[in-house]
Amino acid sequence: MNDIIKKIVNIATLKKEGHIPSSLSILDIIYVLYNKILDIDSIKENRIDRDRFILSKGHASLGLYVVLDHFKLLENDLDTFCDFDSELGGHPTDKIKNIESSTGSLGHGLPMAIGLALAYKIQNFKNKIYTLIGDGEANEGTIWESALLASHHNLNNLYCVIDFNHSTDRALKLGDLKNKFKAFEWDVIEIDGHNQKEIYKALTSTSDKPICVIANTIKGKGISIMENNPEWHHKFPSEEEFNQILNSL
Amino acid sequence: MRKQFTSTLYDIMTVDKNTCLLLGDIGVFGFKKCFEEFPNRTYNIGILEQSMVGLAAGLSKANLIPIVHTIAPFIVERALEQIKIDFGYQKLNGNFVSIGNSYDYSGLGCTHHCPGDILLLSSIPGIQLISPGNGKEFDYLFKQTYNNNSPTYFRLSEYEHNLDLDINFGKANIIKKGSKALVICYGNMLDQVYKVVEDLDVTLLYYSTILPFDSDTLKKHFNDNIIICEPFYEGSTNYLINHSLKGMSYKLSNIGIPREFILNYGKKSQIDKLLELDINSIKDKIIKLI
Repeated sequence: MNDIIKKIVNIATLKKEGHIPSSLSILDIIYVLYNKILDIDSIKENRIDRDRFILSKGHASLGLYVVLDHFKLLENDLDTFCDFDSELGGHPTDKIKNIESSTGSLGHGLPMAIGLALAYKIQNFKNKIYTLIGDGEANEGTIWESALLASHHNLNNLYCVIDFNHSTDRALKLGDLKNKFKAFEWDVIEIDGHNQKEIYKALTSTSDKPICVIANTIKGKGISIMENNPEWHHKFPSEEEFNQILNSL
Repeated sequence: MRKQFTSTLYDIMTVDKNTCLLLGDIGVFGFKKCFEEFPNRTYNIGILEQSMVGLAAGLSKANLIPIVHTIAPFIVERALEQIKIDFGYQKLNGNFVSIGNSYDYSGLGCTHHCPGDILLLSSIPGIQLISPGNGKEFDYLFKQTYNNNSPTYFRLSEYEHNLDLDINFGKANIIKKGSKALVICYGNMLDQVYKVVEDLDVTLLYYSTILPFDSDTLKKHFNDNIIICEPFYEGSTNYLINHSLKGMSYKLSNIGIPREFILNYGKKSQIDKLLELDINSIKDKIIKLI
């Protein structure tokens, strides 16, 4: 994982763009998704019934691009990140091959994932829909509207992972997220969001309800000066900090 | 138009198995047959318009054809960002059918008014805006466009015009020709405007499709005195006219709904009078302008 982290930091430092701590917060989750969970053949073939992953917290796009690149699912050149004529922006778009949705404004990914999950039910498709939202994103009303919809329509082909790094606590605490989703009649699994075995187990579990995976994560995981330090949300390392980070990895 | 909407939807859902109807807990009884015959494609989603539009985008991504329906302000104003990003930015196919345009629900007050729909939605690149003047026009235009790979908004009203026109998506109708002015009219407002200009020496163009805007017909029948009659906020379509006539010189006048909250209740006809959008007021305005 350290090579992937280095790549994220390197690109963000060079381009002075991207959200490093948010990308690192979700890194283990999306790594496991693309390494072991998603039906990659269905994605490569662009099948209509393919497994789908929507990164709802789009500002972690750099993490997604680097993981896609690692698994040879990205046709774009990572070095063009946020360049004028690049497709790889600070938020992902569905114009990029193997990226399902254009996200950035929070609270859009989960409703779309629910639409996809319902569409798969209607058409008897067997593949699964995965989405990843942030805990700050869970401030949005659409998350709770969608939580109602998913259980009402028995969307047990849907997995919603919550990147619970407590970044929202300074504004609006979510409280007992586990029981809140349970009250919305989801199956809830709470895990260490940096333990790949736990991530795998949660994302391969099955239920007759939609599954909410509360992933306890650390924003900036792996880089001590950034971990749980909100100052780094959209900040880039100086040369000295950059060298310090590389040495620590 | 509402009755025609239910009938058109039943026809379409019968023949096109990819269509899905999503209701915002509005008009549910009218779609009884759809609920009975297409239970896995007809949903009363509930009163959560933003997520309903997002959900519709997910259906569209899986090649289904969503038709989203509720009262105009709740879909246009509450879910505007979802229409913009989920459908506009992602260039998805989908249909948004509103009911109760402008101040149709005059007795219900400002929360249920929506004269700003065309102004707001026309800011979304690639969206199609359709303002049918009656049920027949809706049926024709919906069947022409519901699956043409674009987000499309249909502006339905409780009020209709009675003219029997051969309309086409994206094309304006030349209702009459004259020399003193070019009158442009949208949707059901044709009812009043036609009666007003019937005996006046003006050209009358009728647009049931607002976007894509038919610039060609406008240019072909150009007059340097242009009067726009809009059953929505006045000036909502000025950009379309100005963009079409770039470099040309002309006088542009608007007869439409003023940009203020309508604080009165009563019948629609009473609000028409209040806003000087009744036949007599429209006539006075047009005569002064020509």
